[in-house]
Amino acid sequence: MTMLDIQNLNVWFGHGRDRVDAVKGATFSVDRGDSFGLVGESGSGKSTILRAVTGLAPDWSGSIKLDGTELAGQREKAFYKTVQMVFQDPYSSLHPRHSVDQVLGETLYLHGFKDIDTRVVKLLDDVGLGGKFRFRYPHQLSGGQRQRVAIARALAPEPEVLLLDEPTSALDVSVQAEILNLLVDLRTENKLTFLMVSHDLSVVGHMCERLAVMKDGEIVEIMEVEALRKMQATHPYSQELLAASV
Amino acid sequence: MSETQSLRAWLLTETPTSRRHAKLSAIYHAWLSFRTNTMAMIGLIILVLLVVVAVVAPWLAPADPFAQTLANRLQPPGTDGHILGTDSLGRDLMSRLIYGSRITLYIVGLVALIAPITGLLVGTVAGYVGGFTDMVLMRITDIFLAFPRLVLALAFVAALGAGIENAVLAISLTAWPPYARMARAETLTIRSSDYISAIRLQGAGPLRIITKHIWPLCISSLIVRVTLDMAGIILAAAGLGFLGLGAQPPSPEWGAMISEGRRFILDHWWVATVPGLAIFTVSLAFNLLGDGLRDVLDPKDSEK
Amino acid sequence: MTLLDVENLWVKFPSRHGVFDAVRGVSFTLGQERLGIVGESGSGKSMTGRAILRLIRPPGIVTADQISLEGEDLMQKSEREMRDVRGQRISMIMQDPKFSLNPVMTIGDQIIEAYRMHNSASKSEAYKKSLDMLNAVSIRDPERVMRAYPHEMSGGMGQRIMIAMMLIPNPQILIADEPTSALDVSVQRQVLSIMDKLVTDRGMGLIFISHDLNLVADFCDRVLIMYAGRIVEVCDADKLHDAQHPYTRGLLNSLPRLDAPCDRLEVLKRDPEWSKTPSVSARI
Repeated sequence: MTMLDIQNLNVWFGHGRDRVDAVKGATFSVDRGDSFGLVGESGSGKSTILRAVTGLAPDWSGSIKLDGTELAGQREKAFYKTVQMVFQDPYSSLHPRHSVDQVLGETLYLHGFKDIDTRVVKLLDDVGLGGKFRFRYPHQLSGGQRQRVAIARALAPEPEVLLLDEPTSALDVSVQAEILNLLVDLRTENKLTFLMVSHDLSVVGHMCERLAVMKDGEIVEIMEVEALRKMQATHPYSQELLAASV
Repeated sequence: MSETQSLRAWLLTETPTSRRHAKLSAIYHAWLSFRTNTMAMIGLIILVLLVVVAVVAPWLAPADPFAQTLANRLQPPGTDGHILGTDSLGRDLMSRLIYGSRITLYIVGLVALIAPITGLLVGTVAGYVGGFTDMVLMRITDIFLAFPRLVLALAFVAALGAGIENAVLAISLTAWPPYARMARAETLTIRSSDYISAIRLQGAGPLRIITKHIWPLCISSLIVRVTLDMAGIILAAAGLGFLGLGAQPPSPEWGAMISEGRRFILDHWWVATVPGLAIFTVSLAFNLLGDGLRDVLDPKDSEK
Repeated sequence: MTLLDVENLWVKFPSRHGVFDAVRGVSFTLGQERLGIVGESGSGKSMTGRAILRLIRPPGIVTADQISLEGEDLMQKSEREMRDVRGQRISMIMQDPKFSLNPVMTIGDQIIEAYRMHNSASKSEAYKKSLDMLNAVSIRDPERVMRAYPHEMSGGMGQRIMIAMMLIPNPQILIADEPTSALDVSVQRQVLSIMDKLVTDRGMGLIFISHDLNLVADFCDRVLIMYAGRIVEVCDADKLHDAQHPYTRGLLNSLPRLDAPCDRLEVLKRDPEWSKTPSVSARI
């Protein structure tokens, strides 16, 4: 059953002469409970697709269907209860003056939860941080801990789809392993659907079942991870990427 | 001893146990880094003294600041009973200076409330909403910026009538545009950051984002800027007083006192010098404090 | 031949909570080789590179028994003498070229200025030399690049230009601090092979600081692995995958691999002992 269906998506920034087409005619779909990867180099438009889905990139055309319903215009509150995003850089995705408690508490409050205190503690446990981190500020946390807080924030509304924008590229490899393991666990526990952006083929290979390779705003190839592992890319650009990452 | 030790440890902890604990701990950390700045501490001490003096003025002042003794006029500093001398109407300068601190604080306090808050509102709304709102608000700001401060203040006072309240209003009206500019510039950078995107993805509306997420980040640099501008505000107030458009005689406002002393400046220097030194000291104190606060509050530095 | 000999290098930062040691008693030598320094953030690898050039800002303190560049002890030199060492004899390439190039000068002007600072040459001569330099780092259409401003360059181009500029004074040692981590994988390889060629051709010593184990294994001759300010292991780059120290092993195993899929990645278990055992010497 298709959770996220994207047909002929175009995303652009600016108007008239300054218009930059970041994504051109992207088409792919992600099944419920699946994990789909978007791979490409910087500027290939992979993050822009995530921003278009969430409504952070307002100028787009084509069709984005979430669980069968077409998305259009302003996203509703119910949308944000279903789809959440984890950002690339945990150093800039947490408000520098808000404690972990404030970050999670506000999110829960905005989604209309009543038992905020118990939920904050539970969320922190879920992401492997524990209650002692509850009242810390971001500058008292390491990069990995910050990313765990960001993941907890994304999990707060109990979403079904998690959009992951290079969730580990700002982290050390040992921390990356911890975060990737956490994401894998959370996915099985909460039956989440992942749409993950990364420049690192081996990370996508570890996390996803299918992936799309992007270049200059276009999807050049969609393949199964099995094919990736066997180095069976068909498009020359994906072959080149694959060769560079082994 | 051990109690202060444990309080210190409690405040410096890396693992606060409650919201209040975390807040207090953050404040204590800021205080510790502020304390290492000697000059800022000097500024703070001077300002605390100023507040104390203003509060206990009636008990501290040796004489009634309005009591005229014409027989005793223009006594030099050190005269019996008049440490700082007397002015042209025989009023004790020391007492007038002490009571004058109340007026200075009153002006400074009011301006510090009105101008930055107006600026913050205008700037953050313009910066966050953008588009047409931004254009209208910023053009209004530009219009206010285009006038020389004192001239605009003079015009306001001339229209509204002389007096401290109107002087405060006039100064505030001329002081807010730079704050609006600054708040807008900061809002523009904050608006595009990931943590604002993240809270938008929780369905937060513009009002919540501006008040709960953007203001806390703008306020610290605003406080620094206001503190540094305080000297200018005091001087503007004194200038208006000097021109006879601020505080009216016999009020012991420092600027007005200088203005009165101007006539005797060659023969009786202290009448103008004493309030002048007071203005200088307080302005300097605010500047020193502002420098220190910048080190503590500026989010760009405190990140590291 | 030993170009650089570092013995017992410490970098300390006094703070309100006591002294923080960023680098703790590191010793190594550098010949005409490519020496890799690998570690995670906070392991002191960048600090080591900076400390060699005495670029640690106060309140940081650098101490060492010796940092000798061909027999001359850099620790004994005055700040003025150090300025002649920096750039002239030891060059440094930083992570992001955007912050190292002057945004309001054309690239040509910057290279020519750098060249004329180190050599007495006429403008036209310097211009010609600069074109050669850009050619050497495989930049197509160097004339156009000379007229361009830094913001018109892509990351890979910028980094190549930085390499060109750093090589102008013909230094004996090049310190490259994460020179390719801001670049895309495909560009990364190009930049590395250019750097490699220049370094080998000129017989320079290269210190390559990186967090990327595989990159270092491919690119360097010898690798130092740093943890908590100490060198925990020294090995030949081609034998990195047989490394012994549990930290190095942990780092290697925590990488996801396309050829060896698994359900869970191995997580590094940090042993407090690692940061207590003294630094391994990498002096030859």
